Amino acid sequence: MGMTMTQKILAAHAGLPEVRAGQLIRAKLSMVLGNDITSPVAINEFEKAGFSGVFDREKIAMVMDHFAPNKDIKAAEQCKQCRAFARRFDVKNYFDVGEMGIEHALLPEKGLAAPGECIIGADSHTCTYGALGAFSTGVGSTDMAAGMATGEAWFKVPSAIRFVLTGKLGPYVSGKDVILHIIGKIGVDGALYKSMEFTGPGLASLSMDDRLCIANMAVEAGAKNGIFEVDQITLDYVKGRVNREFTVYQADEDAPYDQTITIDLSAIEPTVAFPHLPENARTFDQIGEIPIDQVVIGSCTNGRISDLAAAAEIFKGRRAAKGVRVIIIPATQAIYKEAMKRGYLETFIDAGCIVSTPTCGPCLGGYMGILAAGERCVATTNRNFVGRMGHVDSEVYLASPAVAAASAVAGKIADPRKIMEKKEESR
Amino acid sequence: MNAQGFAHKYGDNVDTDVIIPARYLNTADPKELAAHCMEDIDEEFRQKSKPGDLIVGGLNFGCGSSREHAPMAIKASGVSCVIAKTFARIFYRNAINIGLPILECPEASENIQDGDEIAVDFDTGVIQNLTRKEEYQAEPFPDFIKEIIQKDGLLKSLSK
Repeated sequence: MGMTMTQKILAAHAGLPEVRAGQLIRAKLSMVLGNDITSPVAINEFEKAGFSGVFDREKIAMVMDHFAPNKDIKAAEQCKQCRAFARRFDVKNYFDVGEMGIEHALLPEKGLAAPGECIIGADSHTCTYGALGAFSTGVGSTDMAAGMATGEAWFKVPSAIRFVLTGKLGPYVSGKDVILHIIGKIGVDGALYKSMEFTGPGLASLSMDDRLCIANMAVEAGAKNGIFEVDQITLDYVKGRVNREFTVYQADEDAPYDQTITIDLSAIEPTVAFPHLPENARTFDQIGEIPIDQVVIGSCTNGRISDLAAAAEIFKGRRAAKGVRVIIIPATQAIYKEAMKRGYLETFIDAGCIVSTPTCGPCLGGYMGILAAGERCVATTNRNFVGRMGHVDSEVYLASPAVAAASAVAGKIADPRKIMEKKEESR
Repeated sequence: MNAQGFAHKYGDNVDTDVIIPARYLNTADPKELAAHCMEDIDEEFRQKSKPGDLIVGGLNFGCGSSREHAPMAIKASGVSCVIAKTFARIFYRNAINIGLPILECPEASENIQDGDEIAVDFDTGVIQNLTRKEEYQAEPFPDFIKEIIQKDGLLKSLSK
C-alpha cells in the first residue's frame, strides 16, 4: 500500500522505508520555531532539564511577534528572556522588532521553510508551511524545548483526507473563503489528528498567498497538518528564497485516504464564519443586517501583499463608515514596504484606516484593538472563540480581506461584489 | 498511577482561549496562570476546584492555540486528570509532555455529571464513577506515552 504526501515526508525524516497511520515515530526536524509567548516556557523547560546546547543554531527560529512591540512590562520581560537565549546560543533566525513579522508570513518569505521539510513550531498555525509542500505542525513549548535540544520530535503518523480542487475562484473570492467553506462543511474537528492534503487541477489558479491562508487554517478543522502538492507556483515561490537542497514528495497513486472531498472552486462564494466557532460558515444569502464596530485586516492568515491589495482595491476612493474602527496590519516589514510602494498605505489612511507595524496583537486579544462588551468585529484572522479578541460578550466574524474591507465601508457585514457593483454603476 | 476527585463538567470544543485567555499570557508562571484557569467559561472554577479534581469535556477538548499555558494552568490548579470524548491534538501532546494525565472516553464523558466523584486507574484505563456506581473503560496509554507521564514529562524522560 502506498503513502500520502505527509506519510512520505515523515518516513524520510524518521529514516524508515515506510510508515503507516497510527504508528509512533521519532523524526528529524528541519526547523524548530517559537514566538515571544511560547518560547519563554520552552526556555524555562530547556534550562530546567539542563541542556547545554542547541542541536543546530541555523535550524531554530524565534520571532517576537505576539506581544511585540512590547505591550507591557511583563511582555517586555518575556522578549528579553528570548533575546538572551538567542544570544547565548547564537540562534541565527532570531527576529526582533525592526526585522520581525508575523512568524508564519515571515518564515516562508525568508526561505526558512521548503518543500519536503519537517517543521515544528510552538504555535498552532505552524501548519501554514504545508502550502509549500512541507510537513509542518503546531506543537507546545515542551516539544519546542526538546526539539531545540535534540533536533527530533515524536509523532503519531496521521491518516489523511484528500481535497481535490477543481475550477477557478470567482471575482472577490479568495483562499479564505475556500478554507471557511471547507471548515463549515467538515466542522472544527472534521480532520482531527489527520492531514488535509490538497491536490487537483484547481491548484493552478491558487496563488501562494491563497495556499498559505488555506494551510494556515487546517488546524481550525482539527488537522495535524494541511499540505499542498508542489507545482510550478511553489517552485517559483521558493526560487531565490530557499538556497538549500530540498525534496519534493508526491502521494503514491494507491495512497490510503479516509475520505476524498471534491471542491469546485468556481462555486465558492464570499463566506463569513459567525461567532463563536470557525465552522459557523455562512454565505451572503444567509447573512442579514449585522452592524459592526471594528474591522481588522492582517494576521498570519491574511496579512500578505495580495490580502492588502484586495483591501486597497475596495478602499480606493471610499471611506470606512462612521463609527467603524479599521486596523490594518501588514504581516512583515517587506509586505509593509511593498504596500507603501504600491500606494496602499495612502489609500488606507485616506479611507480612515490605521496601519500598524507587524504584530499578532488583536487576533488573540493581546492588544492593538481589544473589543468591549457587546462590540462586533469583522476580522481576517483565524479564530472567533468566546472572548478571543477581548470581552467575553464581544463577537468576531471571520472573513476575507475583501469582505472585511467591504464591511468597513458599509458599516455592516457586506458582500464585496455588491460594493464594487455600485462603484461600476457610479462611473 | 491513579487519580481521584470530583468532576467539573463542560461541553464540546472547550478552546485554549477560555482555558487560559491570551491576556494572561504575559507570564509563564504556573501559579499565576492557575489563578485565571477556566475564567472565561466558568468564573467559579478557581473557588470550587480542589486538588485531585477532574475536568470532563466533550468533543475536541483543548482546540485552538498551541499554548502550553493551558494544560499548565489546569495542572497547577491541582486537576488530576482530564477526560473527554476527543482532544484537539496539540493539547493532547502538550498534556502528555508536561505530565498531565488525559483520557479519551466517550462513555465517561456522556455519563459523568458535574460534581460526581471519580476514580481513575491509568494502568488499566478503568474510570469509576463512585457517585453513580458506574464503570467506564478508556484505552490505556501506550507504553511510550506512559513512560513520559510517569517521568513527569517529556524532558525528564529525555534526560533519563
